[in-house]
Amino acid sequence: MFILIVGCGRVGSSLARAMLSEGHEVSCLDEDPESHARLEVGLEKGWEDLGGQFTVGAGLETDALVAAGIENADAFIASTDGDNTNIIIAQIAQRRYEVPTVIARILDPLRAEWYERQGMHTVCPTRVAIDMLETAVREGAPRGGAGPSDGSAEAA
Amino acid sequence: MYIIVVGAGKVGWNLARELLDKEHEVTVIESNRRRYLTVEQELEHNVSYGDASELWVLERAGIQRADMVIAVTGDDEDNMLICQVAREKYSVERIIARVNNPRNRPHFDLLGIKPSVSATDLILRLLEHEVPEYGLVHLLDLQEEQLEIIEMLLGKDCGVTGRRVGDLEMPEGSLLISVLRSGRGFVPGPDTVLEAGDEVLAVLDPGHEEQLKNMFGPGGDGVGGGSG
Repeated sequence: MFILIVGCGRVGSSLARAMLSEGHEVSCLDEDPESHARLEVGLEKGWEDLGGQFTVGAGLETDALVAAGIENADAFIASTDGDNTNIIIAQIAQRRYEVPTVIARILDPLRAEWYERQGMHTVCPTRVAIDMLETAVREGAPRGGAGPSDGSAEAA
Repeated sequence: MYIIVVGAGKVGWNLARELLDKEHEVTVIESNRRRYLTVEQELEHNVSYGDASELWVLERAGIQRADMVIAVTGDDEDNMLICQVAREKYSVERIIARVNNPRNRPHFDLLGIKPSVSATDLILRLLEHEVPEYGLVHLLDLQEEQLEIIEMLLGKDCGVTGRRVGDLEMPEGSLLISVLRSGRGFVPGPDTVLEAGDEVLAVLDPGHEEQLKNMFGPGGDGVGGGSG
């Protein structure tokens, strides 16, 4: 599979390394040339030596997307630090370049939920964190002894 | 009308002033706290603090009852997203988006965000208007109506100079609507004789530009039915 990842921060770069090590072709696009260094964290060889691609440019720039290989991409991951950027470029990948698999990372749960309902494949880390925290609080409360279920102290 | 303006920069602020003068109900949404406080001194309750790409901020501003949403932030992604959500989630009938980088215009079109307005494009058009060697100036595109208005400057050597308007074979789907001569404009009649130095305005169906250019441009043959 040829995977294009736009936004090479902590999430994007880790995903890129994981996909490359699984034997996929991986191309990353990021505005910041420095983010190339993040890609190579923990790697024994350089990113390109391992077969990876890296392009400097913004996700909205058509030239940059084409240079990064969007026309041949099987999967497109929008993981920049801007929710709106991710939402817009995911739609560009889907509608203009007809990439078969498009996933957008959206931090705002409300926007993620609505766009999910419009048919966009979204991943909302905030939602995941909220759910995990809720579970952790519920599970942790009885053991701690001073959780929300124990209302007596507050009442007193 | 109830109008929500997103972005209280120079464009948004002045727009809000004009709209309030025309007695519309206006809410401006601004996400920069300092800018908000500045603008709030003048616009008072007509400005609201928050990031309008957050749905609850739009809802707090009453987007459900808005007749129009105008997104004029300095960020094209934000303008696209806000207009898309306004139209598709909240069924706002009219939207207007500002395009900051003209190269992003195809993205606005792709997402069906229109009309979109780009100051850079407008200035480029004005520039063309002021620099006549282009020959044919695109004044207005009415995309929805499928019409264009263009301006042409007649040179001494072009085929229509010295001819009666009534004798011109205008291509089908085009119409001469006005002549600017010595700083004065008038609507030409069949007996109007075109002169060198005239600026003529024509309205046309898109796609007839080439034909008109051949007809009116430098060295044109004065015949509209051409190969176009």
